[in-house]
Amino acid sequence: MLNCDIVVIGGGPAGLAAAIEAKKYGIDDILIIERDKELGGILQQCIHNGFGLHVFKEELTGPGYAEKFINELKGLNIEYKLDTMVLDITEDKLISAINTKDGFMEMKSGAVVLAMGCREKPRGALSIPGTRPAGVFTAGTAQRFINIEGYMVGKKVVILGSGDIGLIIARRLTLEGAEVKAVAELMPYPGGLTRNIVQCLDDFDIPLLLSHTVVDIKGRDRVEGVIIAKVDDNKKPIPGTEKFYECDTLLLSVGLIPENELSKSAGIEIDRGTNGPKINESMETNIEGIFACGNVVHVHDLVDFVTEESRRAGKNAAKFIKNQLSKNDHVINTEAKDGIRYIIPHEIREENLDKNLDLFMRVVDVYKDVKLVIKADGEIVREINRKHLVPGKMERVKISIKDIKNKNISNITVEVQGKGKQYEGI
Amino acid sequence: MYDITIIGAGVIGNFIARELSKYKLNLTIVEKDNDVSNGTTKANSAIIHGGYDAKPGTNMAEFNSKGNPMFDKVCEELDVPFKRIGSLVLAFDDKDMKSLEELYNRSIENNIPDVEIIDGDRVVDMEPNINGDVKGALYSPTAGIIGVYELAIALAENAIDNGVDLKLNTEVKDIEKTDEGYKIFTNDGEIKSKYIINCAGVYADKINNMVAEESFKILPRRGEYYVLDKSASYITNHVIFQCPNEFGKGVLIAPTVHGNIIVGPNSQELNDDERNQTQTSRDSLEYIKKTALKSIEKIPFNNTITNFSGIRAEPSTGDFIIEELEKAKGFINVAGIKSPGLSSAPAIAQHVVRLVQEISGGLEENLAFNPRRKMIIFSKLSKEEKAELIKKNPRYGRIICRCENITEGEIIDSIRRNAGATTVDGVKKRVRPGAGRCQGSFCGPRVMKILARELNKDMEEIVKDGNKSNILTGKTKS
Repeated sequence: MLNCDIVVIGGGPAGLAAAIEAKKYGIDDILIIERDKELGGILQQCIHNGFGLHVFKEELTGPGYAEKFINELKGLNIEYKLDTMVLDITEDKLISAINTKDGFMEMKSGAVVLAMGCREKPRGALSIPGTRPAGVFTAGTAQRFINIEGYMVGKKVVILGSGDIGLIIARRLTLEGAEVKAVAELMPYPGGLTRNIVQCLDDFDIPLLLSHTVVDIKGRDRVEGVIIAKVDDNKKPIPGTEKFYECDTLLLSVGLIPENELSKSAGIEIDRGTNGPKINESMETNIEGIFACGNVVHVHDLVDFVTEESRRAGKNAAKFIKNQLSKNDHVINTEAKDGIRYIIPHEIREENLDKNLDLFMRVVDVYKDVKLVIKADGEIVREINRKHLVPGKMERVKISIKDIKNKNISNITVEVQGKGKQYEGI
Repeated sequence: MYDITIIGAGVIGNFIARELSKYKLNLTIVEKDNDVSNGTTKANSAIIHGGYDAKPGTNMAEFNSKGNPMFDKVCEELDVPFKRIGSLVLAFDDKDMKSLEELYNRSIENNIPDVEIIDGDRVVDMEPNINGDVKGALYSPTAGIIGVYELAIALAENAIDNGVDLKLNTEVKDIEKTDEGYKIFTNDGEIKSKYIINCAGVYADKINNMVAEESFKILPRRGEYYVLDKSASYITNHVIFQCPNEFGKGVLIAPTVHGNIIVGPNSQELNDDERNQTQTSRDSLEYIKKTALKSIEKIPFNNTITNFSGIRAEPSTGDFIIEELEKAKGFINVAGIKSPGLSSAPAIAQHVVRLVQEISGGLEENLAFNPRRKMIIFSKLSKEEKAELIKKNPRYGRIICRCENITEGEIIDSIRRNAGATTVDGVKKRVRPGAGRCQGSFCGPRVMKILARELNKDMEEIVKDGNKSNILTGKTKS
């Protein structure tokens, strides 16, 4: 049986930042367990730029961003095991894992940081009817084939879903000589960031079909085409609007799901809004000493925010080991109200706040000229005017510590006020 | 010259092959596809029915009742997942209750053990998620669920282990009667055989018509399904049917042996030329959803991981056709094996052996026959066994499919065994990478690499399923 102060599960951007920060806060005995053959996680296949604008004030590629952390990690002599899969975690922080060198391992850890990331929703999640030929990929799988393995996945491509990965892969495929015939999006607004719509679709004249979806897949061995139809306000296909698109490939960029099978096996409570663990101000789950950060908690749109969040998790895991986290029973609960899908964190123990409180959230729909209203026990503590809110962009709201500390508050809510003017195009 | 040629490597053909491999015979199975278990066997409800449903006196009734009790032994011998979880046919009104009575009476005539009619309260006690309006149910404790393609693959593998020859990618084009037996013309040369057993599934009538006049038709019927994530497994522990109607046993909800939930099928009659049309449609899927919600009101369809459909070989005669043709001696039809065909398969296989014994005047036992076939399923091993196995072969220490925790060792096994996998779907059918909640988006590229390495092929040559279902279209610009 191995013993560790902190085991970090996952060596992607979240795990790397958490481990580095824990080390900086004075914990030496840290182990990162990574299932892939290299550190860096999904960043290694994201060869486009746009990473690091917040954290490093410069524009890096995915592998470039990862490399900075990997170098720092190595400089700090933090241990890691690659090609190693965690099979189980218990409530008591007993971890079992396997790899080809060490075989079956069991380790007991003082604290655990969950940083397993997320996975893509497959075709089945949408029950897209039709045949089941080769040529249907999730966008991330296609990206791996192209950027890591060096293979093309198709020549004529339709993409369903305008999430960021789908948009970026549309540009990548075009640069590799494929013809991207269209990007169809079920919602009346795009899923990804505006900058990606402009740089990945508009610049290459790839049509974006809002309020459209794929209703049928044709082809027995390989995709021969898809049928796209317009959808009504209830997202049901409108009969008569079907149009055949000849293609050999359909890529799906229809959403990401935090990967919490291990969390569930440990008995961690999962929030239905995020599909990730419920966490407190210190990024700790409902099981004391098990922390979580990055896309395993909620799907982020920028890796920079994953890094920030994970540093907080790493620092607090270190504090936990040193008995510096307050375990006061008084907690402030956060609650997503009208127009808000979820809020991170779910619980706040005010003794553990050192400066301001950052709330992270996503809105339910597209809103224009509205106010985000933050209330503490029903009293407004802050109102923020926003010209434009979209579900595709995570919102951050700062609350001053003096507004909540020592006031015996039990509940903080956030809501969107003045809705009505919804999406009218970018 | 073969003694016997079996046409079709589905569960029926493979069961017969394995049963015949207990005797000293020169046997071959010919299969048009690139893998065994690729037709109806691949896509059905995977239920071993109690046997109360079929009309007494039919082949279906006889072979279902005899077949059901045989599964424990064969699944133990071949290491195939099988669970006798019992089934419930739900009744919601008086008319349904009448149907239950009729089914109950059939169960007596068909000699099915332990069947009873239970009241609504007991149904809800047994399965709390069932619609509270339920008035009663027919409970058949001997019904079960099985890994159906695992079974068909294991049978083929065990048959090969015992000397049977498997010819994949071999499509029968024509058959000619000769003095010694038959000459079978295929896309890959001629096969001479004393006897032929026609197990060609939805194409069985076409094969029959190569040697004899048309005496039956296969009427293809499509059934579509949902597969839900393992997180939905709480909704039922039994196979849940509704009262049967003219289209069959209706929409069922059942656990799978791997812990998922399956919901379906509908029943759609297809045209004669649509026997390979295994697509799904929005209308059918909506119908299944709507119908299933009558049994269990809260089915988490938002946890669907995939949909599929299969084609059933409905015979125009209404019953299994299992006989030697009078006008073509030595040619045995095993045709029209619709539901409960899977449940009947072991009994059908034994019956066919008896037919062959009669026709040939007796068979000599194969004393070297080994009934066993073992599989390593890493996730089911104890800690100590896992540690030991990885020590012996480190490839069991590398997880390739992270949804189902499938190791590289298991995937290599599935390729190297007899009747081994050559395609991505072939690996999936055998050891399940890609059958989990991410549906292969993580492990797909990794499975392809292992296939390419093991089969000594380029990545671009690796196919998903059929021989033309290539996954990659070339290399990127370098």
